[in-house]
Amino acid sequence: MGSLKLDNIHKAFGTVEVLKGVNLDVQDGEFIIFVGQSGCGKSTLLRIIAGLEDATEGGVEIDGKEVSLTPPAERGIAMVFQTYALYPHLTVRDNMGLGLKQAKVPASEISESVDAASTMLSLDELLDRRPAELSGGQRQRVAIGRAIVRKPKLFLFDEPLSNLDAALRVNTRLEIARLHRELNATMIYVTHDQIEAMTLGDRIVVLNEGRVEQVGSPMELYNKPANMFVAGFIGSPQMNFIHAAALGRSDAKTIGIRPEHISIDGESGDLTGSVTHVEHLGGDTNVYLDCGAAGLLTVRLFGERSIVIDSSITATFDRDRTFKFDDQGNAIT
Amino acid sequence: MNAARHSPARSIAAHAILATYTVIALFPVIVILINSFKTRKAIFGKPLELPSAETFSMIGYQTVLEQGDFFLYFQNSLIVTVVSLALVLLFGAMAAFALAEYRFKGNRLMGLYLALGIMIPIRLGTVAILQLMVASGLVNTLTALILVYTAQGLPLCIFILSEFMQTVSDDLKNAGRIDGLSEYRIFFRLVLPLVRPAMATVAVFTMIPIWNDLWFPLILAPAEETKTITLGAQVFIGQFVTNWNAVLSALSLSILPVLVLYLIFSRQLIRGITAGAVK
Repeated sequence: MGSLKLDNIHKAFGTVEVLKGVNLDVQDGEFIIFVGQSGCGKSTLLRIIAGLEDATEGGVEIDGKEVSLTPPAERGIAMVFQTYALYPHLTVRDNMGLGLKQAKVPASEISESVDAASTMLSLDELLDRRPAELSGGQRQRVAIGRAIVRKPKLFLFDEPLSNLDAALRVNTRLEIARLHRELNATMIYVTHDQIEAMTLGDRIVVLNEGRVEQVGSPMELYNKPANMFVAGFIGSPQMNFIHAAALGRSDAKTIGIRPEHISIDGESGDLTGSVTHVEHLGGDTNVYLDCGAAGLLTVRLFGERSIVIDSSITATFDRDRTFKFDDQGNAIT
Repeated sequence: MNAARHSPARSIAAHAILATYTVIALFPVIVILINSFKTRKAIFGKPLELPSAETFSMIGYQTVLEQGDFFLYFQNSLIVTVVSLALVLLFGAMAAFALAEYRFKGNRLMGLYLALGIMIPIRLGTVAILQLMVASGLVNTLTALILVYTAQGLPLCIFILSEFMQTVSDDLKNAGRIDGLSEYRIFFRLVLPLVRPAMATVAVFTMIPIWNDLWFPLILAPAEETKTITLGAQVFIGQFVTNWNAVLSALSLSILPVLVLYLIFSRQLIRGITAGAVK
């Protein structure tokens, strides 16, 4: 009941091209994440799906039906915004029920729907308050509730957690994951936060400068990045990119290795460098090595390690976990 | 308490400046008010003195209320001011919303064109306006005044409000669109309440020149039944004899309605229900 098809979507604002041909097929019930740096067009793409923005070229199909000329309210979608966007003059109950009221649904049905959604999100005690009387986390739950009440074919989330503090962000993230399982609905979720992308998504769409760089499950992107952009974007700390020449290799232009796939316990290894900085995170220790011609190398070690700044360390790469990229930045397999 | 910010010398200086300004601003008003309660002799003899038992007189107010159709003038002024104000706010806000919200060709040019009136005084067009009103048979009607004042107030209103409309969260308007609200409902129910403080500011700036205007009533509607209060007060100013009691009383009375309107709008300036709409 909620498939989505994007066919060669282009969008230009004046002479600035924001989207340069996006194609995507989303299956019913999938949780899809659009991820990318700010300005990559991910929010614009979401707004085109919602019908808040017209594509310059290309078509959008929801449930097998072309909707390019359908107004947002009739597309069977619901959207959760970064700034909550609750109606300030309405109570929580009316905020959640407004969409159905506009669609001329009988009042008894509306209140049933609102009650079901408020129970699901434990908003029962807040139903008669106004948005001004709610905390940030509560407001975002109301905004999510407003989306659920509409029983949409497609849920659209536009960076819903960006305005919440760290602890609430984790809670709300879990809440959204739980909702996806319970409602079994199709969800499109825009974020620039790769943790959210990795933890929530069935499939992730990595966008860069208006193009889709790669589409795949979180582990596919992590283990088989298509190019240097995806390799660098997914994973934290970022993947190390080293000139192949500096390692004495000629089968690629650039060698990529994730910080967690480097060990420093070997006697002899791939690179030797001096420690410039150490970050102690408790569970992890991040070590930054200056390897001369090979550049700066980040090493992620597990557990607490005592490492002296300026000491010399030999790094050994996990052979099976190195990536090769050609001079275009594409992965060589 | 922060000592640096609350030093007595600074605070005295600040209060002194504010007090001086208040005295200068209020002086003419106070002089008019106290003299309106005095006899003619006392007005000229001791203009700065408060009315005492022997100088106190209501003769001015008596003249004003008995002579001339003062309540009619009042009513005319109120009708012209309130209707013009309503039209300026409604059309100004609508134009501002369109300029701020929709992308269309010539948007900026249109905004500039609509704001041009701020720089060009409408009185330059008096002759043309009079010809227009004569041709359309609107001379000596309140409609003529309302039309002119609406045109006069729109440029500033559009200019200020379109700036404020741009600050209203796009997400809120989009949420309304997804919930199926029409553009009119989005404008009236979501956007207008959020720019209410700006509307109040514009209302005050628009209202006072209209209420005080003598020029257009004199030219476009000098007939007895369409006189506004500023024009009506002129009947007491003669070429040879001026009834100062009546003039001062009329002016004192004319302050009241505009003061009431100002109080209503300034409350709006302070109040705001924006909190909680967006972070």
